[in-house]
Amino acid sequence: MNNAGERLYNGIIKENPTLVLMLGMCPTLAVTTSAVNGLGMGLTTMVVLALSNAIISLLRNMIPDKVRIPAFIVIIASFVTVVQMALQAYLPFLYDALGIYIPLIVVNCIILGRAEAYASKNPVIPSFFDGVGMGLGFSLALTMIGGIRELLGAGKLFGFGVMPASYVPFNIFIMAPGAFFVLACLTALQNKVKINGEKKGRDMSKIQSGCSSDCMNCSDSGCSRRFYGESREEVK
Amino acid sequence: MSDLMKVSSNPHIRSRATTGSIMGAVVLALLPATFFGVYNFGLGALLLILVTVASAVLTEYIYELLLKKPITVSDLSATVTGLLLALNLPPQAPLWIGVVGGVFAILVVKMLFGGLGQNFMNPALGARCFLLISFASIMTNFDCDAYTGATPLAALKAGESVNVMDMIVGRTGGTIGETSMIAIVLGACILIMLDIIDLRIPGSYIVSFVIFVVLFGGRGFDSAYISAQLAGGGLMLGAFFMATDYVTRPVTKRGQYVFGIFLGILTGIFRLFGPGAEGVSYAIIIGNLLVPLIERVTLPKAFGKGGERA
Repeated sequence: MNNAGERLYNGIIKENPTLVLMLGMCPTLAVTTSAVNGLGMGLTTMVVLALSNAIISLLRNMIPDKVRIPAFIVIIASFVTVVQMALQAYLPFLYDALGIYIPLIVVNCIILGRAEAYASKNPVIPSFFDGVGMGLGFSLALTMIGGIRELLGAGKLFGFGVMPASYVPFNIFIMAPGAFFVLACLTALQNKVKINGEKKGRDMSKIQSGCSSDCMNCSDSGCSRRFYGESREEVK
Repeated sequence: MSDLMKVSSNPHIRSRATTGSIMGAVVLALLPATFFGVYNFGLGALLLILVTVASAVLTEYIYELLLKKPITVSDLSATVTGLLLALNLPPQAPLWIGVVGGVFAILVVKMLFGGLGQNFMNPALGARCFLLISFASIMTNFDCDAYTGATPLAALKAGESVNVMDMIVGRTGGTIGETSMIAIVLGACILIMLDIIDLRIPGSYIVSFVIFVVLFGGRGFDSAYISAQLAGGGLMLGAFFMATDYVTRPVTKRGQYVFGIFLGILTGIFRLFGPGAEGVSYAIIIGNLLVPLIERVTLPKAFGKGGERA
């Protein structure tokens, strides 16, 4: 459960943060106008995620439970600031392309989610690799979305023209609606693979989906069920 | 027991109308505008119409074949979608535009949401807006053999004078089916006489649009200007054929008035204050999105549920 390889596999495939857990939708939809932007955003997030996971795991026995969220945010924000300055210095084109979405990594729910669900309960090495795996999964998904949008919307891939000259690009794919179309298709594909696996008798129950089971019987402690349950009772 | 005592389960009142017969009547009602478009713009327009309709129908057929669902192309709803979409395309658009639009309308807007009756947005208009955003230069180029230069609405927006008589007859540039007010109103009369649509949505749409133009158009009650606004662009086609789509309009009567008034105001805002000259398609699809809300607030109280106490 806690070895490095398993954590990587878990982050990239089993619990891919974008396509399976449906976390971090804001950068997913906003910055994936090209494959390079998607990859840049994914790797930036991965660096922050791996380092903040490691530090939070180191401090997990010292942070009081009641103030854990502000404490996590302080740690995450420090790393985001470091990464932001590094990008501005060494990769200014990426810094300009990602814009406001770099500081917004602080409130990315993948990072806070992994801190809460994994790093605050597990030792340092697995936590670090959990961050790397989740970050790679995020990068993979964002690069795929960015690549498809760039290919259809601009006829290019990583900035190189790959479509024949007669191809008329669908501009809509590099605008906001295109992100929804592509994300929906990839998620549908992921569900299809999962359902096919279930039909062949493989045990897919370990692969969680964002909300494939109903919240009341959900055993996933990392999900927002607690908050959901409380608000429900308030309504009554 | 006599026959009089036999009670079947409801519904007790049945209509002879089927989806196929209603859609057939809509196709019939669209024919005047279609014929005028072909007469006005030539055989290229006819080819574009045929290709668009064929791609819409084929998409539905192939989708249902692949997913092993009952084949529903004979209810003609895909034909109506394809025809409406084609009437909203510029006459000189390349044929692949019609194919892309037809596939998008049926596959993405209609079938992925569950087919006829489940789509939350008018498929033809959804596809038109998809094409408009994707291929803006093709979709707004109305130059053709017969007409060059700005469409009447664009000219009107630029402050130039337009010939209102030409606009009512339809001898102007524009999309294939929108130019002739006479042909569209003729088709609308067929639908109204056959009791397929009523005037609640088109009436409140057009009246509220006129009031909006009088109030904010900057020309007061200028009858030439108002009739040019009414006859120009897709207002008539949209009001009678798109906004009244059974699937995407409100069910409640009060809701239909609210829907129409909302569309009129939105169209007015888009035309007078928006960057483009036209806004009917965007107004209607935004209206489509609000239909569930409109229905919720205009739901009539069931008999016996009392007055103010909900």
